Amino acid sequence: MQRYLISRVIQSIFLLGGVLVVVFFMIRLTGDPASLMVSRNASEEMREAFREKMGFNRPLYVQFSDYLYGVLQGDFGNSLHFKQPAREIILERLPATFQLATIALLGAVIIAVPIGIIGGSNPGSFVDSLGRALGLLGQTIPNFWLALILILVFAVNLRWFPTFGRDSYLSVVLPAIALGLGSMGQLVRLTRSAVLEIRNDDYIRTAKSKGISQLKIGLRHIARNTSLVLISVIGVIYSYLLGGSIYIEIIFSWPGLGSLLEQAIKSRDFPLVMGITITFSFFVIFINLLTDIAYAFIDPRIRYGG
Amino acid sequence: MILQVKDLITRFYSVDGVVYALNGVNFALNAGETLAVVGESGSGKSVTMMSLLGLIPQPPGKIEGGQAFLFENDKPQDLLKLSERQVRRVRGGQIGFIFQDPISSLNPTMTIGKQIAESMIEHLSLSQSDARKRTVDLLKEVGIADADRRFDSYPHEFSGGMRQRVMIAIAVACQPRIVIADEPTTALDVTVQAQIIELIQRLQKQLGIAVIWITHDLAVVASMADRVLVMYGGTVVEDALVEDLFDNPQHPYTIGLLKAIPGATGLGEERLESIEGSPPDLLRELTSCPFAPRCQFVFDQCWAKLPPLISVTKHHRAACFYDVENEIPRKEVEHG
Ligand SMILES: Nc1ncnc2c1ncn2[C@@H]1O[C@H](COP(=O)(O)OP(=O)(O)O)[C@@H](O)[C@H]1O
Ligand code: SF4
Ligand SMILES: [Mg+2]
Repeated sequence: MQRYLISRVIQSIFLLGGVLVVVFFMIRLTGDPASLMVSRNASEEMREAFREKMGFNRPLYVQFSDYLYGVLQGDFGNSLHFKQPAREIILERLPATFQLATIALLGAVIIAVPIGIIGGSNPGSFVDSLGRALGLLGQTIPNFWLALILILVFAVNLRWFPTFGRDSYLSVVLPAIALGLGSMGQLVRLTRSAVLEIRNDDYIRTAKSKGISQLKIGLRHIARNTSLVLISVIGVIYSYLLGGSIYIEIIFSWPGLGSLLEQAIKSRDFPLVMGITITFSFFVIFINLLTDIAYAFIDPRIRYGG
Repeated sequence: MILQVKDLITRFYSVDGVVYALNGVNFALNAGETLAVVGESGSGKSVTMMSLLGLIPQPPGKIEGGQAFLFENDKPQDLLKLSERQVRRVRGGQIGFIFQDPISSLNPTMTIGKQIAESMIEHLSLSQSDARKRTVDLLKEVGIADADRRFDSYPHEFSGGMRQRVMIAIAVACQPRIVIADEPTTALDVTVQAQIIELIQRLQKQLGIAVIWITHDLAVVASMADRVLVMYGGTVVEDALVEDLFDNPQHPYTIGLLKAIPGATGLGEERLESIEGSPPDLLRELTSCPFAPRCQFVFDQCWAKLPPLISVTKHHRAACFYDVENEIPRKEVEHG
């Protein structure tokens, strides 16, 4: 297992390095990053001054090692628009994005997993039908449309929740629902099908043949094997929610990284765009690593394997 | 007699239609004996045994008729009428099960020790530590070296043969009166098969268990069974002492089976499927002899109804209207 973990960590580091390379060179593909960052009607002198200031005149490898060195110390350079270190702005916005994604995830898991387990254990029952309806609903309703409907009904008409911003603890409710509903649908379906499959596995029949009660079979045999399936998916869903929060943040003016990214793109604030992209990538890769580690701890085949 | 099964009918309501898996299965089991069950795959061997303990998936499966009496001090108790709670006491407690595939039959995320101890704790109300002690002893008994350490191993750390030893330990953990072994060696290496058979036989003698042994291998039947059931199309077509079955088979299907073995001693690798024709279509209800389309002795009565088990001698019954030996129709004296 140690070898497995070490190789996963190394893999993750390489992946992150790859992201850095891609992000760095992407905006230099045109040959002149200044043309992307400076407004179209700026004079040639202004462009040249900008290149000089940003160091774009230096050889590419110098620029890259410079940038890499900065990133390793958590320095993404200065935001062009805000005129302050990109890192500070990102750190300021990060908690809002995590709060939204985490609450959306927790909500989805807390609702979806029990429904999926009960439904999968009693196919055709009321809970199962409910779960299947939720699964379908969650996966077919586009989340931006859902966001608008939620705002219209619960914020504008009923006035239960604020329409936008992050000013009270109620603010997170609507964006979290809009963000998490799709994942909840996915999780219900997945949990249900995992349970359905596992309860027909041969070892469940063995457990039954030993005279173990249905409840104990559920808790000891089905739950653990289902959680193996769920853990890897929940990791993927969490990183998806972190990244997928962009539209939702924009619609709800949620002051997180997603809406910051939109602003940065609009104002051609490339150091900030790069910083946000790398930050997102870092967390996605990190979460996936954590997922694999958790998986390894639960699954003895990995734990004791190579 | 410790078990008597009468007219057991089990069906599966599948998407393809109704599968008439068992069409009136009859047999009895005596204390301590080895009863072999043979028949081509799909003939209902597994479904019969799993129906007794409610182990078929329901739905799509449904037990639609029959009785299965388990005798305790000569008092019969119909297994098919027990509540879930009562049937749980029989599973593992009175009747242990060994399944065909030891790889998929053990929980990959639970230590093998816990999987054995689990049933002791359930049936014998042992404490965790007592159950562990007994499990370690049992592991030694089934031939697993270094048992104390192996208690905490997971199934994937064991070979197929070792896993089957674990399955055997699970089956006998609570000293049941009956062990049902459903093709326990089919999935194993040839070299391991003999060891597993030997182990089950040793435990059987030691603990005085009756064993129902489902197998494809007539050589195994010849060497270890006391009695044999031959199944076909979800019915028992012949029920005989092992020497009577080999010396004096009565049912045309059994005769075909024995002919398919080179040397007729069952030493060949020949499988049971080698009789001409195909097995019956179980998607239709049986209204005639299931073997009729493949039978060289078929006559009009065979198409009229399902032949019941007819006594040939005291311990020998066959579900066939024709007396092959004397080349005359059989006198029908039904024995339930
Ligand atoms: N879960 C199921 N759904 C539908 N049909 C089944 C199911 N389980 C068994 N059957 C059918 O019941 C019949 C008997 O199967 P089985 O008892 O497993 O045969 P075998 O004699 O090989 O053990 C087969 O035709 C099989 O297709
Ligand atoms: S009952 Fe008729 S068809 Fe069936 S096995 Fe006997 S002779 Fe053949
Ligand atoms: Mg079978």
